[in-house]
Formats: sequence, C-alpha cells, structure tokens
Amino acid sequence: MSAGTLYDKVWDLHRVADLPGGSTQLFIGLHLIHEVTSPQAFSALQDLGLTVRHPERTVATVDHIVPTTTQARPLADPLAEEMLATLEGNCAAHGITLHGLGSGRQGIVHVIAPELGLTQPGMTVACGDSHTSTHGAFGAIAFGIGTSQVRDVLASQSLAMSKLNVRRIRVEGTLQRGVYAKDLILHIIRTLGVKGGVGHAYEFAGPAIAALSMEERMTLCNMAIEGGARVGYCNPDETTFAYLRGRPEAPDGDAWERAVAWWRSLASGPEARFDDEVGFDAASIPPTVTWGITPGQGIGIDEPVPTLEQLAPEERALAEEAYRYMDLRPGQPITGLPVDVCFIGSCTNGRLSDLRAAAAVARGRRVATGLKAFVVPGSEQVAAEAEAEGLDAVFRAAGFEWRQPGCSMCLAMNPDRLEGRQISASSSNRNFKGRQGSATGRTLLMSPAMVAAAAVSGQVADVRPLLAVPAALH
Amino acid sequence: MSTLSTPDPLPFPSGPVRRHRGRGVAVVGSDIDTDRIIPARFLKCVTFEGLAAGAFADDRAERGADHPDGPHPLDRPGHQGASVLIVNRNFGCGSSREHAPQALMRWGIRAVIGESFAEIFFGNCLALGLPCLTASPEVVTAIQEAVAADPGTILELDLEALEVTLDSEAAGENRWSVHLDPGPRSRLVSGQWDGTAQLLSHEEQLRATADRLPYLRGFPARTAAPAEA
Ligand code: SF4
Repeated sequence: MSAGTLYDKVWDLHRVADLPGGSTQLFIGLHLIHEVTSPQAFSALQDLGLTVRHPERTVATVDHIVPTTTQARPLADPLAEEMLATLEGNCAAHGITLHGLGSGRQGIVHVIAPELGLTQPGMTVACGDSHTSTHGAFGAIAFGIGTSQVRDVLASQSLAMSKLNVRRIRVEGTLQRGVYAKDLILHIIRTLGVKGGVGHAYEFAGPAIAALSMEERMTLCNMAIEGGARVGYCNPDETTFAYLRGRPEAPDGDAWERAVAWWRSLASGPEARFDDEVGFDAASIPPTVTWGITPGQGIGIDEPVPTLEQLAPEERALAEEAYRYMDLRPGQPITGLPVDVCFIGSCTNGRLSDLRAAAAVARGRRVATGLKAFVVPGSEQVAAEAEAEGLDAVFRAAGFEWRQPGCSMCLAMNPDRLEGRQISASSSNRNFKGRQGSATGRTLLMSPAMVAAAAVSGQVADVRPLLAVPAALH
Repeated sequence: MSTLSTPDPLPFPSGPVRRHRGRGVAVVGSDIDTDRIIPARFLKCVTFEGLAAGAFADDRAERGADHPDGPHPLDRPGHQGASVLIVNRNFGCGSSREHAPQALMRWGIRAVIGESFAEIFFGNCLALGLPCLTASPEVVTAIQEAVAADPGTILELDLEALEVTLDSEAAGENRWSVHLDPGPRSRLVSGQWDGTAQLLSHEEQLRATADRLPYLRGFPARTAAPAEA
C-alpha cells in the first residue's frame, strides 16, 4: 500500500465516508461538464427530484460537437444545436457557469480549466470524460467518470471510489531536441502496455519531468488513461506555481502565499512509499508514432512496423488485426508512409506551446500537394494568443487551415472527419478503429511537430532534420 | 447497417442483483474499446433511449451478409434475446462514455463475463446494475465456444456463490467459478449499486469535508494541513 504520496494525502483529505463493500465516498473539489455526457445526468437528477449541491464547484463548456469552420448559432447540425441548447438550459436552471461559444473562455474542457486557473494542486477533479487525467499535471487527483457518476457529483459533490495503487514512473535525463512530452508518453504506453496502468495512479517524477513545462505535463497526464491508469499526476513545484499565478480563478493577494505553502506540502516527500516503481531514460526516447489501432502500438520513427516474432504472444492477435486494418506489412518502415490528412489539435496537443512547435516546422515550408492539413486551437484563449504571435499566419502561409476551437477530429463528433480509408497524422490521443469519423479511417498518433513534418513531407517523417535547418535559411 | 437490433425484452436492473439466467452472445477479441461498442456519432443525443441500434454498429456493418465469417454475433438470429455478453481481455477500454453500457443494456445485455475489463467501463456497468464478472481465459473461451456452437445454451450466473453454470444440449452441464471484487459484489447483491441516495445520506460528513478543504475556505492562515494522511 502506498503511503505519504500526493495521491494518499489528497485522497485522505477528500474522504467523506467509508461505504459498504469497501469503497470510499470521495468529495469532488472541481466538477467539469460538457454537452455530451451531462444531459442524461441532469435528466436523472430531475427524475430523482434532486438539485445541484454545489453549483459553484461545477463549470461547463461546449467542445465535442462544435463545428470549427463557423460557430454561428443555430449550429448547422440540429442535433449539435440541441445538445448545446440543452447544456445552456441545464446550466441556467441550476446556476452553473457556462463558458460558451464566443465568451473568450470556451474551449476543450481540459484546456480551459487549467488556463482559467480552475485546476489547482490538491483538488479532486472529475469530469465525464476519460482525459480528465490531464488535470493531474497540477498535482490534482483527476479522473474521468461516467454519466451516472456525473449525476452523483451533481447531486452530492461526491463519488463512490476505490483507492488506486500508486506507481512512480521516474524519468531520468533530458529529452532530445525534436522529442516532446507526447513522444515520452507514447513511449511509456508502448513499454508498459495499454493495460499496464489498470488499478494504478501514475506519479510522473524525476529530473525529466521536473524540466517539463505545465503544458507538457498536461500532455503527459492526459494520456495516462491510454496506458490504463485512470489517474496520472506530477507533484506541484515552482513551474506549477508560476503557471497559476495571476490566472483568473487562482488565489491572489495574501491567499496566494498561503495557497503555495499548502500546495508545496502536498508533494510526495522522500518518505513516500509507492506500490511499485518503473524507470525510463528520456535521452534514449526517439520521436514516436503509432502504427496500429491502440495507443500502445507505437514505434520509434526509425523502427520498422514490428513483426509477429518481435511481439509477446498475447499481443499477436491484435497486431494481426492492426496490420489488416492499417494495411501495413510487418517489417515495413513507418517513415515514408504517405498520409492524407494532418490534424493538429485536441486536449492532448492543442495548447499554445504545441502550436508553436508545429509552426516552427511549418514556417517557410508548404503542405504537400493533395494533402489536407488543419489546426484547431484548444480554446478561444489559445487561438487569441496564437493569433497575437502570428502563428495563424505562419500556418496559413504554409497551406494549413486555421480553425475555431473544439475537439474536432479527435473524435469527429463535428463535421471534421476522415473519409473512407484516409490515413491521418494526428496530434490527438486515440487511434482506435473508426475513431476519426470513418469506420475504415486510419490514424497515426504523434507529436504536433511530427504532424507538421508529415504535412510538409506528404508522408511520415522524422521532424529532427527539419528542426536542425530552418527552411527559411535554405 | 443491420436492423436486427432487438426490442428490449427484459426490464432494466433494479434492486438486488443476485443471479441472472439467460442465453449468451460471444464477442471475441481483446482490447475492444468503447468507440467500437458505440461509435461516437451515436453520442449525439440528449437521452440514452434508442442507443441499442448503435451497439457495435460499425463492427456489425462491416460484417455484412457476404462476410466470410457471417454476420456479427449480435445480428445472428439465434442470439436475439441473449442477455449475457462474453468477451475477452480489457473490454471497454478507451472513452468514459456511459453510452457503451447503456447501448449494451438497451440491446438486452444484463451481465458480462470476460477475462478483464477497463476500469471506467466496469464502474459504469456497476452504476447500471450490470455485473462484469471475470474468469480465466480457458473458462471464457469454453463459454464463448459453447454459446457460439449452440445459441440456445443457458447460462446461470450466481453472484453470491460466484459461479456460472452452463447448460447446453450439446455440451451438457458445466460449472465454473467466476470472480468479482467483494466491493462491487456486495453493492450488487445488496441492491446498493445505485448509490446516489447513500451518498446523500452522509450530509454531516459531506459538510465536514467541505469545511476542511483549504481551497474552499480561501486558504485560511492556519489551515489544517492534510496531516492525517
Ligand atoms: S479533444 Fe478528444 S480526447 Fe480531448 S476531450 Fe475532446 S474528444 Fe475527448
């Protein structure tokens, strides 16, 4: 059993009661909601004759279904409009703040809560979305929940939960140039497996993690769930505090110093005990891409698609399914594989630093002919900051489309989708069959810089040579 | 897409879930994610009604009448009305969408047996009163094969004894043990799987917890550090 970790401290502080059967009633400090998983929860609440217990601790936005070309109301898709209108109605009826389209604060739920300063160390954060693990970057315990649990949190600001084991993932060394948090987490998932984290919270620690920016830590924690870990977190440190300072919902005045002192006290100390520990060396990690149909089917950019013999026996059936679905041969190189669509965005990689990294590659280059490439900022604020820096102009000049914020082709609930067998280079988090809107569409996950490299090359390409020599100096 | 989705013949779970008896349907394969259980386009809805048609929609469409392996198990005439789903490893990974168990429940599924389940999926099923029982790969395969060979096979699940009994004309009767953690098991068996009322009953404790959270109290100067850890 772990003890003295950040996870243990936050868990104990939020423990309301022990429930029959061994689970714990856990208080939820911040509840985030969006249009897809909340309507049925509000209906259930109404059926039970209940109200929202802490409307001030629930915050809403709209992200999954919003179009990215024009966001004028009513939305062109009547079902999307109905979902948005339902969310607006529910928020108004219960006194919940909704950051709606055009408010300046709308965006993907996991992008806006950190940028508004809502997500803070030591909180428990729940949202009806599996990538809620993102918020763990701040030293919060954050996890995705289902709609029945959304109902429970609305009604009681608490949940029945079972405590997880804590695995420390220590990353030594420094990431190479051209290798990002996305590559690191794809490498971790590839190594530990998509089920490796089941029953665990992942604590990311070590010098390589300490060196990451908050946005990179969010990318890392975002995909903990793809490794099976419902919770992923980093201990709060100076980087965390510097990010939060001055954000609209962060504490200010005298409360700021007291908050920082408390946040500092939460970090796993030297005496902390973990259920187990795994180590990685950041310097040895190459740019990593997925070749298959789960985020665990990843390889370094220089590696060939694995052969059956290279895989553990229990991975082979899935690999064979992936070869067929992706139309790839075992042993073939991944570099040079032509792509049709390039997507930069999502709660994994739709933040300002992601757009900067992609723009650095796109600057002075051109998207390959016949290829569709588009950039979807993670939030209205990210869009505004990127535009203020002229990143939109860089992308447009290179032949990318510059869109309005939302989840977009991460899961294709809006009009952005793959057609037929198209293959995408995508900065999102899931490459499941059919994930990007076509039942036969194919997805290669990679970092935003690698997506930009694919866009200008017309094929999967190593971003490192493109960074070494800026195109403008050719 | 197939039109064979059955109208739901069974009432939704309510009260204690101690045993279940019904026919099975096997969906073979590991790491079947929730995008496959219900593709994202079916999430465009404000109620869960009508989700049965979305259950495995893309997999079912892919397995048209001319597919060498025949139609998807959910579309085989012999499996209409089946209520026990038998799956393999890491079933339900991926998105947290409760639409996945909702779609299965509305198709008619009342219990799932598998080698292992993704955590959020397991919890979402529990919140609907659907037990997810685990068994060894050998047992799962044996049940899957028996059910595929004879769709009339009757499965009897006993959550108290943690046993599944299989009765088929061809294979005769077989009994195996299955696993369910004590917590979820006692919640199902006692009927407390739908826990909203229970959560609300701890009014005092809820208030006390809120009162000790520094971030809800403006980070007071002499804040009680979480020293009780
Ligand atoms: S960007 Fe993708 S993963 Fe993130 S919340 Fe939206 S749909 Fe979910």
